[in-house]
Amino acid sequence: MLRIIRIILAALCFTGITLLFLDFTGATHALLGWLAKIQLLPAILSANIVVIAALLLLTLIFGRVYCSVICPLGVMQDIIAWAGKRGKKKNRFKYSYSRPKTWLRVTMLVIMVASIVFGISAVTALLAPYSAYGRIASSFFAPLYALVNNLFAAVAERAGSYAFYPTEVWGKATAVVVVAAVTLVALAILAWRNGRTYCNTICPVGTVLGFLSKFSLFRPVIDTSKCTGCKLCEKSCKAACIDISSHKIDRSRCVACMDCISTCTHGALKYKPVWAAKNAAESPATDASRRAFLATAGALTLAAAKARAQDNTLVKQVAPKNNPAPKVRLTPPGSQSHKNLENKCIGCQLCVQACPGNILVPSASLEHFMQPEMRYNENYCRPECNRCSSVCPTGAIRPISLEEKASTQIGHAVWYHWLCVPMVEGDSCGNCARHCPTGAITMVEDQSAEGKTVHVPAIDREKCIGCGACQSVCPTRPVSAIQVEGHEVHKVI
Amino acid sequence: MSNIDRRSFLKALGLAGAAAAGAQLATAAGGDSKDAAGQMEMRTSSTGDRVSLLGYGCMRMPTVGGVRGAEVDMDAQMRLIDYALEHGVNYFDTAPVYTGGKSEGIMGQCLSRHSRDRYFIATKMSNAWGDSSFDFAHKMYLNSREQLKTDYIDYYLLHAVGSSIESFNERFLDNGLLEFLLKEREEGRIRNLGWSFHGKKEVFDYVVSLHEKYHWDFAQIQHNYLDWNHASGRNVNSSYLYEELASRDIPMTVMEPLRGGALANVPESVSAKMLARNPQASIASWAFRYAGSQPKILSVLSGMTYMEHLQDNIATYSIFVPCTQEELEFLERIAIEMTEFPLIECTACNYCMPCKYGIDIPGIFMHYNKCIREDLMPMSSGDKNYRKLRRAFLVGMDRSVNPLHQASHCIGCGDCIPKCPQTINIPSRLHQIDLFTEKLKQNKEF
Repeated sequence: MLRIIRIILAALCFTGITLLFLDFTGATHALLGWLAKIQLLPAILSANIVVIAALLLLTLIFGRVYCSVICPLGVMQDIIAWAGKRGKKKNRFKYSYSRPKTWLRVTMLVIMVASIVFGISAVTALLAPYSAYGRIASSFFAPLYALVNNLFAAVAERAGSYAFYPTEVWGKATAVVVVAAVTLVALAILAWRNGRTYCNTICPVGTVLGFLSKFSLFRPVIDTSKCTGCKLCEKSCKAACIDISSHKIDRSRCVACMDCISTCTHGALKYKPVWAAKNAAESPATDASRRAFLATAGALTLAAAKARAQDNTLVKQVAPKNNPAPKVRLTPPGSQSHKNLENKCIGCQLCVQACPGNILVPSASLEHFMQPEMRYNENYCRPECNRCSSVCPTGAIRPISLEEKASTQIGHAVWYHWLCVPMVEGDSCGNCARHCPTGAITMVEDQSAEGKTVHVPAIDREKCIGCGACQSVCPTRPVSAIQVEGHEVHKVI
Repeated sequence: MSNIDRRSFLKALGLAGAAAAGAQLATAAGGDSKDAAGQMEMRTSSTGDRVSLLGYGCMRMPTVGGVRGAEVDMDAQMRLIDYALEHGVNYFDTAPVYTGGKSEGIMGQCLSRHSRDRYFIATKMSNAWGDSSFDFAHKMYLNSREQLKTDYIDYYLLHAVGSSIESFNERFLDNGLLEFLLKEREEGRIRNLGWSFHGKKEVFDYVVSLHEKYHWDFAQIQHNYLDWNHASGRNVNSSYLYEELASRDIPMTVMEPLRGGALANVPESVSAKMLARNPQASIASWAFRYAGSQPKILSVLSGMTYMEHLQDNIATYSIFVPCTQEELEFLERIAIEMTEFPLIECTACNYCMPCKYGIDIPGIFMHYNKCIREDLMPMSSGDKNYRKLRRAFLVGMDRSVNPLHQASHCIGCGDCIPKCPQTINIPSRLHQIDLFTEKLKQNKEF
């Protein structure tokens, strides 16, 4: 019974948080955003006392249920481990007790704490379990989801429905995909063969919670009078923490999955408080026709690719924009300063996934590896959107209202006259001024031009908020004649 | 004083509309039948006159050979007036300045052939264009009676009030003219005294405020489904005029029910929607039904120079069905479409293409027009299904035109303007569409 409850809750949390990473429409952010915010590391970084206290209390009462239910990386490993156990009976009981690797756990924890304290964000991002899952979900699950969506969009278009619209499938940043792939492969091998090895050797969150769960109120207890020493529980323990020969359970490694309790045929294992007890057992029931799903998705993808709307053949094709990175990087409104972002961001990619214009991309630079930064090409940071700030679980991008955002200066535009259409082509333009939401750009007569008077943009740096509207509508391609440079500290104007 | 607000008025109309649902079918057929079955709708004035809802405007008249500016074709004119009288029209609106100053005389000839108690004459004090002395006005007044061959005038209007308060005072108060006209009313030579209004709100408010002092028997306003909420710059919304007058129990006659003919000759996207609702009803009949729907409207004036127009209008008002609430909403939407979302006359001939900045000009225009034609345009953020329409417009735009080639990229270089055989100002329309798209994207209220 307890195991079934654990599986149901875990399935719900996992599905919810995965959807959060997949959803590009922003529809689920309000409904599911809390699932990211109750992750321990984000809660610590955003100084969310209530969540921290609740999680610590939860662990002190029930043990590491956090690791079995709330943590998406943990649940993902369970799913992989479950797949690895299917088939022959031998497989189902393939685990065995191993000695704790306390030195490794403590070392990892120390590295983590040090990297947070000293702001070595790349290391924090690599070690944080939630970020690791975020990268995997956004690199591998999200493209699949987008493909299926695009297929629906293609079908909807033919049917004259507006229920679906296509989205970008690939392409945030290769560095993140590589990191995610390495993480996924390593985790998959570990989980397939040995269950929760990562959680009990490397994961710093697991180490902290493990320390607390040693003192938890409820705990699995072996009734030695009933135990026959058959070792079924030991062999089914994915945390490798039951030592039947000495009838001991290493509670710092136990993730309270309840597998052992339902495995024991003699009723010798019970999950009980120090004084009383209750238990039950049932078998699992989760199956998805995964193969069918993958096959359909593949077929649908091909169909979707073919069904792209056709343009008027007379339309002159234009080069897509490919602007250079700003010299000073641009960070999203709400991040307040480069420093705040570096200190708080754990690179989970939730904001990158949430950005509807694909302006937020993970940084490839080592100092702020995988942290979001902005690129204005075909899109800009639109005035009606604050999704990244609303989904960020760590406070790296603080919640910011649309009004606040409209008056927050994250950068400023710079004009490159040798690229500007009126200077080069002689056509009158002013598209940047026409689209500037703050009226920071005025078209003025150019003094330097010979013979012909042309109007060129003049930028009021006090009014410019760095949203990039000018840069994205500038007709000069592939590099805009007006480009936004970032500010290290955001300013309210 | 009966204080009818728009809401309760609409509610009442809704009930009336439901009750008259059966009768509507008959109206539909009316547009084609030569002689309308049923009785002309009559309204009661403040002095108890039973006035036909269809009034005859006598500014434009049929001319010999149909040539503009030629002599009035008296035979045709007499036939029209006789036909109108036979079918219950009894309100004839003229002025000393109409038809090059000949209207009153012609109407005198036409009407004096009939018994004086069969019709009401409305004419005006047209001293707005120059001389504002008492003598000039007095002569004009006496001449009107002489021309119209009558001892009394049923409805006398201070003509074209509204340009300024000073002008009103100068024309009617300072020279003692209004005092004189009030005396004429007391002595029965003027049976109803009122004014016609074009112009500024503050002048309207001022003249309405004089009601307590002078007691206006009626007023004439420009009223139709465009002017109700979307009056052009130099006019006042007729919703305002109507409420102000109705709340003081002043009945109104309506001028420009077709807004200078614009509501009879609507864009094809609008007429298609009207015909889809009722293939039998003429486009103009929508405007006439609308203008007559408000209860304080005494008469709706139409300048009918063709027998077909006269017959169509008689048909509309002989089995009169006021607009239901749903129809009023439909016409409000039509009004927004006509004032703010005019169809773009692009034929997709591609002469403007290729645009050197990569804009898919016909693609953008086609999507915009399609939304208007198919009634998919989110015309106001208050629309019931605004969210759905907004999505359809934005998603549909992305489907028909790749975002790289959309209106936001038009820099306004103007190279396309001379190439367009429809003389569409392409950059300006693209910028309008871009602004509108931005409004939708930013979820602004409009």
